[in-house]
Amino acid sequence: MEPIFFWVLAVGLVVSAVGLVAFRNPVTSAVCLVVTLVMEAALFVTLEAYFLSVVQVIVYAGAVMVLFLFVIMLLDVKEEARQRPPWAKVVWVVAIGGGAVFGVPRIASLFPAAAKTLHWGQGKGGGSAAELGRLLFTSYSPLFLATGVLLLVATVGVVVLCRKDPES
Amino acid sequence: MNFAEITLGHYLALSSVLFLIGLAGVILRRSLLIMMMSLELLLNAANLALVAVGRFQGLPDPQVAVFFVITVAAAEVAVGLAILVAIFRIKKTTAADQLASLRF
Repeated sequence: MEPIFFWVLAVGLVVSAVGLVAFRNPVTSAVCLVVTLVMEAALFVTLEAYFLSVVQVIVYAGAVMVLFLFVIMLLDVKEEARQRPPWAKVVWVVAIGGGAVFGVPRIASLFPAAAKTLHWGQGKGGGSAAELGRLLFTSYSPLFLATGVLLLVATVGVVVLCRKDPES
Repeated sequence: MNFAEITLGHYLALSSVLFLIGLAGVILRRSLLIMMMSLELLLNAANLALVAVGRFQGLPDPQVAVFFVITVAAAEVAVGLAILVAIFRIKKTTAADQLASLRF
């Protein structure tokens, strides 16, 4: 069962990610990104990270994507004009990408830990909201507070950036 | 490659493929919006690798790291898109190759 899930999600992820990069219409790219994020949330479920998969859907596929679509609407971005593809860059990307696709499994197979297989239910848990919450509010509580400050600063920064200049 | 047994290596390979696709998007595309979406793809590839390693090693801590990454990414998108809107107001474009004012 798990291999079927993994391969279906892996193929879907790669196809939608390529779509995100390849489509010229920004709205199509945004829809591809939503598909990618939801599929990754499903992959988190196969990795027994249940809380993270919910957070992924709510924060990424929900809030972040709405923000992207709002900006696309606001700016009224047109389809990118057809351009001569930058062949030198394409060659580099294909070369590095091909090398990585063939090389990463080889390098990974050098480490015995990479050949580990875990079946569903054999993980040590840790994916539930209760366990993550306990970690967040004990060992990682300073980081948690810092994140709160970061979000506040980001909010103030966005308001300042988007404000019209009062003098002009 | 073994198709019937899913190992940690499979997840890491998938994550590196996703990272490369995102990197290609950042390098090849000119629209700043699409570049930012590709950046999200990069972050997600890294998240996938973290969660996979955490699960196969039996550690819950990487999931906390991913939680923080998601939070910071949300803040990053908000600030990045605000900068994008500010640039668009001045330059009337979101194409990266037309924003060369700082170049010699």
